[in-house]
Amino acid sequence: MGSMIDARGLSCPQPVILTMNEIKKIKKGEIIILVDTDTSKENVSRAAISQGWTIKEIETDETGYKIIIVRE
Amino acid sequence: MTQKKFSFFASPWGIITAGAIIGVLAPLLQKLGNPPNMGVCVACFERDIAGALGLHRVSPVQYMRPEIIGFVLGSMVAAYLFREFRARTGSAPVVRFILGVFAMIGGLVFLGCPWRAALRLAGGDGNAIFGLLGLITGIWIGTLFLKNGYNLGRSQPAHTTVGWLMPLTMLGFLVLMLIFPQIPNQEKNGILFYSVKGPGSMHAPLYISLIAGVFIGFLAQRSRFCTMGAIRDFILFRQTHLLLGFISLIVFAFITNLALGQFNPGFSKQPVAHTMSLWNFGGMLLAGLAFTLAGGCPGRQLFLAGEGDGDAAVFVFGMILGAAISHNFGLASSPDGIGPYGIHAVIIGILVCLFIGFTMRKKVA
Repeated sequence: MGSMIDARGLSCPQPVILTMNEIKKIKKGEIIILVDTDTSKENVSRAAISQGWTIKEIETDETGYKIIIVRE
Repeated sequence: MTQKKFSFFASPWGIITAGAIIGVLAPLLQKLGNPPNMGVCVACFERDIAGALGLHRVSPVQYMRPEIIGFVLGSMVAAYLFREFRARTGSAPVVRFILGVFAMIGGLVFLGCPWRAALRLAGGDGNAIFGLLGLITGIWIGTLFLKNGYNLGRSQPAHTTVGWLMPLTMLGFLVLMLIFPQIPNQEKNGILFYSVKGPGSMHAPLYISLIAGVFIGFLAQRSRFCTMGAIRDFILFRQTHLLLGFISLIVFAFITNLALGQFNPGFSKQPVAHTMSLWNFGGMLLAGLAFTLAGGCPGRQLFLAGEGDGDAAVFVFGMILGAAISHNFGLASSPDGIGPYGIHAVIIGILVCLFIGFTMRKKVA
């Protein structure tokens, strides 16, 4: 079970900052990020890929998106 | 539902295309009547709207700019078409209002927002360099706060009405323009003020401005175009995505200006500009810091307001009030130089932004 970031309701660039901080902290593994806008979804995904992480899955629900990123 | 791919507009080519189209449209709007190096200036045009409503009475800058109306409505159409419209609010609206006020005050000391800084540069106005340096410095200061945990707290999902109020306000402005259209050489029709001379008297035909605004609003909502974010993301994360869009705007506006014979390099006698470099720098430093603390450039705030963000709408109203304050209190610059209280206002604005930046660092729940 990886770490979980709830970035729902946070405006730019908070979701990316939280994601980057977690990436720096755990270095590899799995992170789940909750966001509530398409903009945040794109920004978080772009940031994760730029750090060498992979987008494992993006799930959609009524509150937004659940992004799962991984690095082996 | 699982999805992985980026859409075209989230790709580098998407943001470059958005910047390019804005870069071409702005000088074209100038050719069709908008003021020089002001094809699309969010701060100037909101200031003109404040004038049209009589919130300030500086006669050369009064016109209900259809581009601004179009930005919000175009963004709303895009957000609904792509199922992104989400009404939300509650992330420190009063702070966003104050940041909007001071963003405008800073912008009007420089005589423009980041959009116009780019267009002024693309038109050959060397004074824009100091504005852009100020903008970058202000954003850099903002990123120091962001790195140290500054945030405005979470927004919450809200009634759809919350998201509709800014688009409805803009629709209302458009209806007012149709009920009280401009009458040549007349300063007022009904409740709307119109400039007879000066920048406010210079405008492209209403429908062309409106259509261009809707088109830009649509593109910018899809691509998340943001002039402040462009510089902020590069400083914070070395990410160039949004920066590609901003650079694309400058390059394409430059090429279009060359093609239209609108490129006039130099520092003195530039249109709607002054040469007091320190305050071109200082004004935009304040604006850049305020935009960073509020999470978006003035255009982006309009596009967010169009997709349901009630907090961005509050920022926009703050900017419109800021324009009224600027002109009523002699804070705004003119081609002759800065206003009598412009320096005081910039210093106070920076202090207010620092106060907000230092004190709003509590961790989000």
